[in-house]
Amino acid sequence: MLNRIYKAHKQMDAACEKLGRQINIMEVCGTHTVAIFRNGLRPTLPAGLKMLSGPGCPVCVTDQGFIDITLELAQRKDCIVATYGDMVRVPGKTGSLETMHAPNVKIVLSSSDALALARDNPEKTVVFIAVGFETTAPATAVAVREADIEGIENFCILGGHKLVVPAMEALVGAKNHKIDAFLCPGHVSVIIGSNAFAPIVEHFSRPCVVAGFEPMQVIEGIAGICRQLADGAARIESIYQAVVTPGGNKTAQKIIEEYFEPADGLWRGLGSIGKSTLQLKAEYSRFDALKRFEIEEVPGEELSGCRCGEVLCGLIDTPECALFEKECTPDNPVGPCMVSSEGACAAWYKYGRKRKRNL
Amino acid sequence: MNDALKNKILLAHGGGGRLTNNLITSRILPKFGNEILAELQDSASIELDSASVCFTTDSYTVKPLFFNGGDIGKLAVCGTINDLAVAGAKPVALSLSLIIEEGFGLDVLDKILASAAKAASEAGVCIVTGDTKVVETGAADGIFINTSGLGTKLPGTNLSFAQIEPGDKIIINGTIGDHGMTIMSQREGIKFESLLKSDCASVAPLTCKILENPDGFKFMRDPTRGGLSATLNEITAATGHSMKLIENNIPVNPSVQAAADMLGFDLLNIANEGKVVIVTAPDTADKVLDLCKTHPLGTDAAIIGQIVASEDMPIVEVITKVGGSRIVQMPYGREFPRIC
Ligand code: SF4
Repeated sequence: MLNRIYKAHKQMDAACEKLGRQINIMEVCGTHTVAIFRNGLRPTLPAGLKMLSGPGCPVCVTDQGFIDITLELAQRKDCIVATYGDMVRVPGKTGSLETMHAPNVKIVLSSSDALALARDNPEKTVVFIAVGFETTAPATAVAVREADIEGIENFCILGGHKLVVPAMEALVGAKNHKIDAFLCPGHVSVIIGSNAFAPIVEHFSRPCVVAGFEPMQVIEGIAGICRQLADGAARIESIYQAVVTPGGNKTAQKIIEEYFEPADGLWRGLGSIGKSTLQLKAEYSRFDALKRFEIEEVPGEELSGCRCGEVLCGLIDTPECALFEKECTPDNPVGPCMVSSEGACAAWYKYGRKRKRNL
Repeated sequence: MNDALKNKILLAHGGGGRLTNNLITSRILPKFGNEILAELQDSASIELDSASVCFTTDSYTVKPLFFNGGDIGKLAVCGTINDLAVAGAKPVALSLSLIIEEGFGLDVLDKILASAAKAASEAGVCIVTGDTKVVETGAADGIFINTSGLGTKLPGTNLSFAQIEPGDKIIINGTIGDHGMTIMSQREGIKFESLLKSDCASVAPLTCKILENPDGFKFMRDPTRGGLSATLNEITAATGHSMKLIENNIPVNPSVQAAADMLGFDLLNIANEGKVVIVTAPDTADKVLDLCKTHPLGTDAAIIGQIVASEDMPIVEVITKVGGSRIVQMPYGREFPRIC
């Protein structure tokens, strides 16, 4: 292993030297962010190589307006709000799902748990807060299919599924970005296939390397990017070949396509991105909580002082946020990036804080 | 009596009357049978062979009640024995109090009590007193158990934070996170639950063995809730010294690691129930390690790091497998499995 690490670092050094400027690599996914921090990789990278955390934590990228809708739904006596645990502490306009102490908020581990709640509580409407990228969307589609087939009409979803590639396009399409390349998430790529990153390579000439979450995968993924940058290349590469194929998982893609269609959607920090979210198709719209309860999703007001949006776009490192460690801690999170276990601010707090007492 | 109720705990089982008496004489006494308990006095009288005693108490709630490698009964006995053991004591006697939800199955109770009795007798500890209360349905989650424990200080032992100094070695007697990940994966039905097994065990046989020669031995603690992270941070906070761990040396069971990775958990934060963290002087570390390794409770023991002087504030730092470095903090809040 030491040999491989040594070789990878040489490639990183070579790229830094060749380019003669700072290299900025964005790890798109929150799982990579946590892996990088947990393995203490940042301090081992060459001084001229910087990792930027990206918009790949499902809870973090959720727009404030969406959070406010979940709070609104939790106040309805005729609803059960079924949500992944990470969502309950995200602050909205009127506190969070957790601080509301609403008895009808239930933490579930999957969409099928939410569907089971609907079966067990026929007198209530169960709203599943469906967040996540292409990794969780197939399971949501399966739940909708089951509800449709079994006629479970007291089930619906608040759709917040997002697509990774449109967000990456938006990032490198923006004027002020400084991203040289992307470290692409292994698990999302299992579903969408490594070829899905073609637009990034073709239109924006940014290398895309797919890697798993083991520390060696991350290190070699970064080294792979550096090789391309040194050669002036921009290709799709996968070092997670055991599980990621160019075309991805067709079965999963098919079920997503059967139930969802891409729609314009709101992202924290990135605003509205065209065809970047998944919306239930018209024939399944009765399972859409927005339609069922006639709610309109409007952009929410940003949390005051919180710079999650900039953190998610790789524009700042968390410690540049004045609230970090002071007003904003995991016990008292101001923004979603401090709440989610995959959030960049939580990772900075947990693993990356400086040693000085007064940072 | 209505047949459906025949095999269930009723409120009357805790009422102090005939059913209570039945419960004690027919289900509890036979399992824990010892002279002191059998007298059913209001207080147990025990002869101790040392003037210096350790006394501790803890309450146990766990879901599921039965898990691979143990159950709430075994946990309640081992947990309290371990608290005595790491204080440098030889556990002698325990109390065992039950708070049971009305409607709880008597057969389930039997299994839990049998398991508690087995754990106690294996550790050579008597359960000398106890209590049973029954609460209405919904007021408890099945069964809660409280145990208190009494132990005698082993001669020559003087374990305290105050003795810890830079250079001292940190030893653990085996793999970390097994208990917590077993519970979590069983609760959440993830697919490798069958590969995981709680480490729930009494560590007293090991600690008593090591303390036969306490030279150079400075401190012990059982890394239960909050895992290794919590215990190590408690040590740095109390001593003002820092700590450097070598991740490669921390024993981990690969299935446990896989489960933690899947749910996005840091194994350092996950509970153990049969582990002990030992701090010793550098020149006795190898001897203690060898002792551990030859004992069934310490076959995977390892020196995982050492105490170092603090630069400014006390921290726990880990040198990761790939040569990186990060800090380990006191765990906070609830951890949720990651989405996707
Ligand atoms: S530290 Fe807190 S307030 Fe600052 S960006 Fe992160 S989550 Fe928002």
